[in-house]
Order: sequence, then structure tokens, then C-alpha cells
Amino acid sequence: LQMELQAVLMAAGGGSRMMDLTYNTPKPLLPVGNKPLIWYPLNLLERVGFEEVIVITTKEVQKMISTDPKVKLDVKMKLDLVCIQEDADMGTADALRHIQQKVKTDVLVVSCDLITDAALHEVVDLFRAHNATLSMLMSKAHEFTETVPGQKGKKKTGEQRDFVGVDGTGKRLLFMANEADLDEGVVIRKSIMRKHPRMHIKTGLVDAHLYCLKKSVVDFLADNKSISSIRGELVPYLVRKQFSKSTNSPKVIDETHQNLKKNDKIQISSRDEELLHLTQERSCWNDHRGDMSDAYHGGRLRCYVHIMDEGICYRVNTLAAYIEANRLAPKLFDEPAVHPSAVVSERCLIGADSIIGASCQISDKTSIKRSTIGVSTTVREKVKVTNSIIMHGVTIEEGCNIQGSVICSNAVIGRGADIKYCLVGSHSTAREHNSKIAPEKRLTECHRAEVNITYHYKSITYNNCHKVSK
Amino acid sequence: MADCGAADGPVKKDDIVRAKNEGKELTKEEKQRLRKEKKHQKKQKDEKRPSERAKEKKPVAPSQPVATQPPTQKAPTVLPASAPIPVPASGAPSHSSPAPSPADKPAKSRAEQKAERRARQDADRASKQQSCFSSSKTKAPPSELNPVVKRLPEHVQVDDPAVVKRLAKKLERQQIPLRSDYGYKVSLFSHLHQYSRKAPLTQQLSIPSTVIHPSIVRLGLQYSQGIVVGSNARSVALLHAFKQVIRDYTTPPNEELARDLVNKLKPYISFLNQCRPLSASMGNAIKYIKKEISNIPSQFKEEEAKTKLQKCIDCYINENVVLAAKAISKYAIKKISDGDVILVYGCSSLVNHILCEAYDKSRKFRVIVVDSRPRLEGREALRRLVQRGISCTYVLISALSYILPEVSKVFLGAHALLANGYVMSRVGTSQIALVARTFNVPVLVCCETYKFCERVQTDSFVSNELDDPDDLMVTRKGKTQLENWHDVSSLGLLNLVYDVTPPDFVDLVITDLGMIPCTSVPVVLRVKNLEQ
Repeated sequence: LQMELQAVLMAAGGGSRMMDLTYNTPKPLLPVGNKPLIWYPLNLLERVGFEEVIVITTKEVQKMISTDPKVKLDVKMKLDLVCIQEDADMGTADALRHIQQKVKTDVLVVSCDLITDAALHEVVDLFRAHNATLSMLMSKAHEFTETVPGQKGKKKTGEQRDFVGVDGTGKRLLFMANEADLDEGVVIRKSIMRKHPRMHIKTGLVDAHLYCLKKSVVDFLADNKSISSIRGELVPYLVRKQFSKSTNSPKVIDETHQNLKKNDKIQISSRDEELLHLTQERSCWNDHRGDMSDAYHGGRLRCYVHIMDEGICYRVNTLAAYIEANRLAPKLFDEPAVHPSAVVSERCLIGADSIIGASCQISDKTSIKRSTIGVSTTVREKVKVTNSIIMHGVTIEEGCNIQGSVICSNAVIGRGADIKYCLVGSHSTAREHNSKIAPEKRLTECHRAEVNITYHYKSITYNNCHKVSK
Repeated sequence: MADCGAADGPVKKDDIVRAKNEGKELTKEEKQRLRKEKKHQKKQKDEKRPSERAKEKKPVAPSQPVATQPPTQKAPTVLPASAPIPVPASGAPSHSSPAPSPADKPAKSRAEQKAERRARQDADRASKQQSCFSSSKTKAPPSELNPVVKRLPEHVQVDDPAVVKRLAKKLERQQIPLRSDYGYKVSLFSHLHQYSRKAPLTQQLSIPSTVIHPSIVRLGLQYSQGIVVGSNARSVALLHAFKQVIRDYTTPPNEELARDLVNKLKPYISFLNQCRPLSASMGNAIKYIKKEISNIPSQFKEEEAKTKLQKCIDCYINENVVLAAKAISKYAIKKISDGDVILVYGCSSLVNHILCEAYDKSRKFRVIVVDSRPRLEGREALRRLVQRGISCTYVLISALSYILPEVSKVFLGAHALLANGYVMSRVGTSQIALVARTFNVPVLVCCETYKFCERVQTDSFVSNELDDPDDLMVTRKGKTQLENWHDVSSLGLLNLVYDVTPPDFVDLVITDLGMIPCTSVPVVLRVKNLEQ
């Protein structure tokens, strides 16, 4: 039976916007709700019915997946791991070009940092019903409500907006551009306006980086090596190409398709095209009204988008998103909040929306509210943890008070430490009896300070830093 | 010759005797087979006689024209014809089997005479059956006169829980998800399914669909969303999808293509039925393709069989859709004269085709397009006609009696033509036909013969299709009055798709076989059945 769609998971990204978290752990393996980030898109694909996935990732991630017992992927699908060089600086489109030989049919490209409960059939139905070339998923952006450690005030959202233009039904994608590419204003071609006089332009949308692409697009990429990013270059190109004059006669993408027909000896004869044309001619349906053109204005290339109004859809590529995702992750799977193997003493208070990982040890008189405690973490007595994310292997000594912070894996928080809205890097130690890591302190002895000069961080401790100046 | 006659006679006798002794009534196929055998044997006898005569004559007089034995089934004429000829050739010693010369007749045994007489009687009967054609039909169904309880189709028994359970079990066996009904159904139509477009069947399918072929899933989506609409378009799309299925099909080991492929198609057809109830034209197309598949001889290799099937499908579409449209336009154009005002309803692909052809042949006419909610298909018809250059007027069906005095002819398309002459078409057609009859305006229905179906219906309630009731909601100035119709317990929204028009309102049906009155539909059906 012919396969309809192949799933491709892009897990080679670096996480350049949250270096604090990713300098030690590769982004696909960051724990969110005590599961590696890559588990979420894999789980989505598995729920929907995929049986195998091509995962494009780096050698480091592949090694960790196979060796590290903590990184249990817990998926039943067959994973075909394709490794690419970390320093090759490959964009997503380059990665697709790399696996062109494995792609036998239309592809569904998913990014590893997508956490969503969207109904995928909405996106795929658009792809199927309209015989579209591209179909993608977007979501209304929600404001992040949690305070992010290390950030003073709200980040400016003015720059780098995405302008997305859709038609009256809200499904057909007419225009897509990023503010960075626009010089002075939004420029819309007259040919588009003539065909679609009503366009809704939206800016507050989050692109989920989930794309259904026709096989001919992958083949097209193989011939056009200049395109390196799907989101940045390929999608705007396809959206523009819908309305270019040459699209109504055999054009770039279709020519590649025809060449491929000859090469692969697929017997899709022109008779089939005739039948499709006959069907369209005899069917009394049109996707627009008001002008004299046939359905789809006779265009052969169509791009569609499904915009989610409600539901969870996050791309975990910034610290703020990471924290928000940790809050909402428990809603996506129904495992018990407290792992059965965790040793939790009786006189501690664990809030309903906290997650305790496996093999934890929580001692008496601790209070854990709205937090995530990672695997094999030890929390001693009289500790108060609120609104925080504690990763794996952390030791928190007695009497600490941790609020609104992110403590990375294998860190040690000394006795009586008071950590508010901070990010403690992995393998670091915050000692000091009664120390307070107060806001806005610049570190003196720190190896990675140069990375943070552009931001106003409250306070960050890194590897091998021991002392915090007062 | 007499020997083989004798040899054949007892064999034939045995067959018939056996069948009769088994107490079984001869089914239609057996009767046909018997008839064919007799004809064949008759032909063999006749051919042998002229061939022998020719052989005998050749040594005697090659120039003598052999009376090429007329293929009459009447044995008596054969014998006297052969009588004069073998006499001069009786001397020819070459052939062992003597012609049944009258000289030999007294030498035949009683059994052979009986066999001959019976053969003659059979031949008579066969010839009688040949000549009085229609009476054969009354003889053929004696087997069908047995109380054959025709089961009601499942899609019109939705209010019977046993039937619904049976359907659910069947779908489960075929691994097709069951689509659930939506909303309150008006009590008169509670025996029909009513689905919502917002709950597509693909919600319950796995995304790279493995059970159902991807092109069938695509087709089902296009049906349920209304992208492929119209009897012709739906059948062509269906056959196109079947071509893809056949192309991707591989015969599993130990299976025969003829049987396995038909079984493979069954779940697909159930799936498409769940997406949107099948139309009559689709049903006929499916019957045709199933027949073609089961008639594939087993010695065909897979590739050969597949190419043959693809060719059959192309042929079917070409004959029944494309060429039929051409033929119908030719007939219809004869009925369009200059200065006509033609009324059309909704968007019928065939009527649009006719009008465009007539316009191309420079007939001067204008068109009035009548439209109705909620589909408002007339807008699309209007666009296509105006694009060609035809001058059109557009009204809603409520203005029908206002506009009819201007109209000289009404052209209607049909979804199916039923066996009792009723026309099944888009809801509103019977209204148009009724009002047109009142105004004495001729009503012409255009329909291809592959849409003729053997169902019989006299009203629009028994079997129909219920579309999504939410289509009836309309938003004007930001307000949707029927927004909360679910909350009103006694309110039901009815969105019918089809209705039936009685033949008294229809003056002429234009088909690819010609222009026939509505009551001749059963004749056409009969002819078609016999051809198959």
C-alpha cells in the first residue's frame, strides 16, 4: 500500500536563544516536565498514527539517546536517526536536502521543540483536500505570564514580527514576510489583490514549524541549493510563487516533478491529469466568488495554513517558553504527578501542580509548589521551592528557599541559600550559609560572563564558580 | 452428421432432464446458457453441413456456388435444402460422415429420429424466443418471481437500532470509523443520516492512512467538504481514484487478482459512503468496475490485468461522460431555436455544456438562472455562462412564477432517472417543473444513460440525503439568528439535497440514446441490462 506521509523530525538545532540552558545539554534533550523535549513531538506523531519517523540530529544527541538511561524516549515508533555534523551549520532545508534519497512520498516536517496538543488532521486535511503544496500550523500567541529569571521586565516584542496574510476563509495563505525582510512597509503585489481583494493580515501568530510538503518540493530543494532554511526562505518563496505569472503553465516545481516522472518511471500518465481536470470542470465548486476565474484562479501551487485558536502550542526556543512549557507540560500526559519511585516523606507539602521525578528524595517539612523536580534529586529538610524548575541530579541542602528559578542538572545548592529568580547553571554550587543571591548582582569570578553583557541579568552562576559576591 | 446429432441429443436431453429432476427452477443464467448451447450446436450442425457439402462439391463442381447455409435455426428448411445437393455427391467416397441425405433417413434409428425432433423443437423455441423479444423477459424472471425479499438499504433505516448495530459491526470489521449523526433530525426524516461537516471522518483515522488508500481518503474529504460536487464530477473523481488504487495494487501470494481486488475495494466504498452517500451514477460505475475486475481471465499476468482495467476505466468515462455529453448537446441544440429564453436551475454540468455548445454554434438565446439557498450553486452556473458571453438573468427560486411568463423552455439536469420515470434531482427541481407545467412551458431533462438506476420512488421522503443543518444558518450584519438552534428542543433544521419530479411534469428526456419520453426509462434499462 502506498504510504501517504513520511514524518521528519528536525532535532539538530542548537538552541541559540537559550544558551544558558543548552551549553551543556543539547536542546532536544532538555527536560520539560521530566521528559526530554524531543519526546513531545514524537509523542504527537505516535498518537496520530505514525509508525516510523526520520530524526535528523547531531552525533551528540544520538549518543546520549542510546547511552544515557535518564533519557528514556519511551516511544514505540521506529526511529531512523540521521546524523549531521554539528558545525556544518546546516539549515532545516539543507537537512531535508541531505535526506532526499530517503524521502519517497510527501513529508510532514516537525521541529523538536514543538509542544502542542493540536489536532494534526486539520493541517493534513487541508493538504489532502486541496491537493496543496504546503500546509502549515500556526497558533495565536499567548503572553507568557511567568517571570523569567535573569530578565528585567518584559522583553520588547516589537522587533522581528511575522506578517501573515490569509484570505477570507482564514485557510489560504496569501502572504508571509518577516519584519526583518521588509524595508519600509508591507508590500503586497497587485496581482494578489486582484485575485483576493480581502486579506486579513495577522501579526500575533506563533509558527509551530510543522509543515506538510509535497515530494516535489523536496526534489526542488535538491536542485536549488541556495535555500537553506524552511521557515526563513522556503515557505515565503512558495507563498510568493503561488501568484507568479509562470505558475499557471508548467513551472519550476512541476518541471522537476515531470523530470522525476521520467526518471522514476512512475506511470502517472497525463491521462490522470486529464481526469483531474475533467473533474474540476464538471464540479460546481469554487473557492472564491466575485470574479470570473475558475477555482483556485487556475493556479497549481497552493499554500494553506491552519490557525489554532485554543489549545497548547509552544515552541521551546527561549527561556521564557521553556518555563511556560514546564508549567503546562503535565496537562499533556496523564502520568501521576509524583513518580512512584520517588521517596517522599510524609510531612511535606507538595502542591497539586508539581511534578516529582523518579528516584527523588524529598525530606520532611519541605514545601514544593508549582514546580518541577527532576530525576534523582535530593531535597533536604525545611526547603521551600516555589515556581521553580529543578533538573536532574540536583542536591538542595536544608533550609533553602528557592523561588522562580531554574536550577540546572547536577547543581548543588548549599544550606540556607535564598535564591530568587535566578538561573543556576549545571554542575555549579551555590554555597554560603544564609547567602542571598540578590537581584542584579554582577558576578566577579565567572567563566561565561561575556555572554551576558547584553542582557540585564539578575544573577547567574556557572560552572566552577564558587563564590558569589555580595 | 446424424451421429453427432444423436450424440448431442442425449447429452442435451440429459442436461435439461437433470436440471428439472433436481427440482430447481432454471435460473436466468442457466437458461441463457442452455439457449447459447443450443444455438451453438445448431450453428455447428449448419456449418458442418455446408462444409461437407462444399468439400463434397469441390471434387464435383467447384464453380457451383455453395448455398451458404443461412443461419436459420429451423431444421426443417435445412433438411430439404440439403436434399438435392448430396444426391449428385452421394457417390463421393471421401468423407465418412454422410450428409443427412433423405436417402439415409429411413436408415436412422428411432432414437436418432427422436433426437432430431427434439432438436427441431428446441430450435423452434429458440427462434420464437429470438423473435418475440419482450416475452422472453417475462419468462426469464420466473426465478425472480420466487418471493425474493429485497432488503432495504441500510442508509434509509437509521432509526432502526438493529440495522445501525449491523452497520457498525460491518464497519468495524472493515476497520472504517463510524461517523456519528449530528443534531436533532426532523421526525419525517429520522430514518436518514445527518452529518456535520465540522466533524470529518479523518478525525478518527490515523494520519498516514494505512487501511485506506491515500487517494480514497482525499476523495472522501473532497466529497464531504463539497469540493467535488455534481453527479458527473463525483463519478469521474471516483474512477480516477480507483485507477490510482489499481496502479498501486499488488496481488498477495495465493490470491487471485479478480477476487482479491474486488474485496479490497469494498472497505473503500464503505468509507466513501460514510463521507457522503453514494450517488446513482457512482453506484453504476462501481458495478461496472466490479464486473470488469471479476471478468479478468485468470491467465492474465498482473501487469496486463492492471493495464486492461485502466483502459476499461478510461473507456467508460470517455463513452459515458464525454461522448455522451457531445451526443446530448447535438440533440439538445436541435431544440434550441433563435430567440429562446431558457430557464436553468442550479448548476448542472451537462446543461451548462449544452448551452455553451449551442452558443458556440451561434444560436441566439438568453438564459435565466434560478438559484436557491443554502447551496447557491446558481452563482457558479452564472459565472460559467457569462464567462462564455451568454446573456443571463439571475433570480432566486421565490421569483419563479414572476419570471416564468418570459420563459420559452426549461432545461433541467438530473442526478438520476428512476425506473418508474421519476427524475431525481437537486431539491427545488420538482417545484420548477410543476410551475412550468402550469404555465405550459416545456420542460426538458438532460441526463446521460449511465445515471439511470433501477430504484423506484414516488416521493422525496423515502430515500434522500440530509446535508449539514448548520448550512442553513446565515449571518447578516453580524447577527446569526439560528446560532443556538440546538438549545431549542423542538426546533429542527432540515437541509434536503434531492427531490423527485413525476414524469407528468417532464416533457422530454434527452439522453445519449436520443430524445425519449420519461416513461421509456425502464426500456432503456432493460436494453442496457441485456447488453451486459
